[in-house]
Amino acid sequence: MSPRTQRAIGFVAFACFVAFVAVLPAFVSDFKAREYAYVAIFLIALLGLNVLTGYTGQISLGHGAFMAIGGYTTAILMAGNEQFGGPISGGLKDVWTLPIAGLVAGLVGLAFGLPALRLSGLYLALATFAIAVAMPSTVKRFEEWTGGGTGIQVFATPELTGSITNVHVLGRTLTPNDWMYYLSWSIALVAFAVAWLILRGRTGRAFRAVRDSETAAVSSGVSLARYKTLAFGVSAAYAGVAGGLFVIASAFVNPDTFPVALSIFLLVGIVVGGLGGLSGLVFGAIFVYYLPLWSQGQDLGSLLPDRIVEETQKPGGPAIVYGIVLILLMFVLPNGVGGLFRRAGQLLGRRRYSPRK
Amino acid sequence: MTTLLELDRVAARYGPVQALSDVSLVVREGEVVAVLGANGAGKTTTLRAISGTVSRTGGIELEGKQLKGGPEAAARAGIAHVPEGRGTFVDLTVTENLRLGAYARRDRSVKADVKRVGEYFPWMVERGSQRAGTLSGGEQQMLALGRALMSRPRLMLLDEPSLGLAPLIVREFFRIVRRLNEDEGLTVLVVEQDARIALAASSRAYVLEVGRVALTGTSAELRDDESIRRSYLGY
Amino acid sequence: MILAAFSDFMQQVVSGLASGGIYALLALALVIIHRSTGVINFAQGEMATLSTYIAWALIAHHGWRYGPAFVATLAVSFVGGVGIHRVVIRPVERGSVLRIVIVTIGLLVAINGFVIWEWGGEPQQLQSPFGTDTYTIGGVVVAAHDIGTIVVALGIVFLLWALFQFTKVGLALRAAAVNPEEARLVGVRVSWMLALGWGLAALLGAVAGMLTAPTVGLDPNMMAAVLIYSFAAAVLGGIDSPLGAVVGGLLIGVLLNMLSYLSQYGIFDWFTEELRLPMALLVILGVLLVRPQGMFGQPEVKRV
Repeated sequence: MSPRTQRAIGFVAFACFVAFVAVLPAFVSDFKAREYAYVAIFLIALLGLNVLTGYTGQISLGHGAFMAIGGYTTAILMAGNEQFGGPISGGLKDVWTLPIAGLVAGLVGLAFGLPALRLSGLYLALATFAIAVAMPSTVKRFEEWTGGGTGIQVFATPELTGSITNVHVLGRTLTPNDWMYYLSWSIALVAFAVAWLILRGRTGRAFRAVRDSETAAVSSGVSLARYKTLAFGVSAAYAGVAGGLFVIASAFVNPDTFPVALSIFLLVGIVVGGLGGLSGLVFGAIFVYYLPLWSQGQDLGSLLPDRIVEETQKPGGPAIVYGIVLILLMFVLPNGVGGLFRRAGQLLGRRRYSPRK
Repeated sequence: MTTLLELDRVAARYGPVQALSDVSLVVREGEVVAVLGANGAGKTTTLRAISGTVSRTGGIELEGKQLKGGPEAAARAGIAHVPEGRGTFVDLTVTENLRLGAYARRDRSVKADVKRVGEYFPWMVERGSQRAGTLSGGEQQMLALGRALMSRPRLMLLDEPSLGLAPLIVREFFRIVRRLNEDEGLTVLVVEQDARIALAASSRAYVLEVGRVALTGTSAELRDDESIRRSYLGY
Repeated sequence: MILAAFSDFMQQVVSGLASGGIYALLALALVIIHRSTGVINFAQGEMATLSTYIAWALIAHHGWRYGPAFVATLAVSFVGGVGIHRVVIRPVERGSVLRIVIVTIGLLVAINGFVIWEWGGEPQQLQSPFGTDTYTIGGVVVAAHDIGTIVVALGIVFLLWALFQFTKVGLALRAAAVNPEEARLVGVRVSWMLALGWGLAALLGAVAGMLTAPTVGLDPNMMAAVLIYSFAAAVLGGIDSPLGAVVGGLLIGVLLNMLSYLSQYGIFDWFTEELRLPMALLVILGVLLVRPQGMFGQPEVKRV
């Protein structure tokens, strides 16, 4: 199968996926549409994290913090922080806050990317973990900007967002849930397309060179500093947009909205999904959103015998299930679900020996 | 002399690369046998196959018993493998390196053996608490030898001891090996790129080429045959 | 007035050393595991919590006395640590860093969940083996528990040091941690040594937990903050240096208390109680950025 054919198949698959996403809300309940919107939000964050970890090999256990930055930016721009003594009066429509949220988070990411150059592997994981743990306390400390422990409500300004009232678009009326769904998924698909464009060009090759061998990359003239920092900035921007969307969907934000657990779940999401391809990341996003629910016996979990469900319903039970599933997944699918898809694709498409990495 | 070690059609691979395809050799008790050949011929792999560091097919018998399992088992069976690059524990002291050599032994005369090794290498006793990483290359090679001695091995495997060392030191090293062989009856299988010095120190030799034995004979024969020296040994 | 300030100061130093001792124990556990298996064990805190709950259950539910419960808990923790290494860590040890991180996180989540599932989430009481008395020495009031903690922590550190320096097993452990291939060649069963390392780390965690519970109360998230302080200590001391872990732990314990003490008198008055944790994190970030190898570690040399 020539690369051209592979790419054509990829395009077709993507087009099918877009069509599927476009019509899905007509077939599912309103509530489910909002759930799927959250899946799209996580997908955006995972796309960003994938650029960082899957492509330049830098591990981040702190991307929840970048989501928080984006989320708080959105909230402040919409509701303002004058009520806490801050300088911003708010009043910006929800959609317009998103590019700004992404920009702010991206700049912070760039700023962190520079010192992060000195850390590798586990040390970077530890440093980013520290940031994720510190974020809630830091947010509380700067009360005049963020509203401290109580956070910021966006409920008060329903006219600014489609996530609370009905919206009229193209002559049709969308319920808040549907509107949220379409907003999140359109941004997710655009985000994917942007990521794809970035990664297939010179930048992507540079990223991969950095991941595979830093010394080789340097000796080939790839500027480590520039690309590693760039990767941090891009991934943080993605997380910022996702955070902003998350706040729009939830209509409020406080220090506990983006806890340490979220940063951990995001990393888990890309590892389980499999670093690299989109299909894996979609699965990763589904995993991040649904596994906590499944381990509590909902949806998929209801397929299990009652006795097991009973036992795991006790507090702490879902966590045990979640932890064990994580460990087992790492044993069985070291390359995540995406890796599984890729293996299957290779088995189907390969006719003669082609050099693999 | 009794046969101490016998390799029968041993093969080994690293992933898709077949490093050894068919190696058969014999080492008798009290001998010093050399394994020679060009880079990539499979010399180091042969030693690793013996010590169980790499998995292999084919038969390896030590004193008539099949050798199985990994390096720990080989060590307990009495094989002391001094790897390429010396393999000293750089963070530990000289004395600790020596004590580790005796790890597989269950008897109690370890301290006495440290003294014994000290007779061959007096500096090891004097500088016992020096960190091994601060020793020179030659000293580390001697330390590796000393550590191997501590296990009172049935068979010592030496992997390219001359690598990275000045000729003077290499000569001294092999002088000690010869002394150990003559005084204590130590059986040695040594792999070397430097064929000249290996042949001077050994009684028999095997020449490997692309994973199999191309040639074997007494060291004297190989030394004296000019055409063999030119084609196989490079001098 | 000066005297009051001074005895205040000494009190803070002593209690700082006591909490520092606990951080030192957990940091030592982290260092042992990192040195031998190259893994940062994010689940170390939860393992310690589990051990402490086991001790508590033996005392509160089965009527055991403190001494036997303590010993039994140590034994169970040791075996548990060895077991976790053999079953969960060994299969992924050689894989990518990312995989190992996820596995220890999975352990963290599962163990935390198990504690809640088995014993519930409400705080429990575990009494201190040293009692609740306080002594006044030269005008300085110190708690018996703090003194006891310092003695136990330093004692265990000393015992561990002796194990590593003077025993055959200790030597083998050190060799296996530094140079596993060569260790195999001399007959050391390296994978069992690594498991032993995990067992020792679990043991250290158990002691740390049992010393923590009397003062902060026993609940499922008891060790979360302690773990962060211990990370800070390990990083400060050098992630591969046992000595660094101990010194780092004591330093962090005293430093945090010093900041509290000084903020009372107007110096560093921006330092509030809730900034303790971010302060530790600042230490982690700062050390990693300025001198990643910490106080006693070796700089990482990247082989080309």
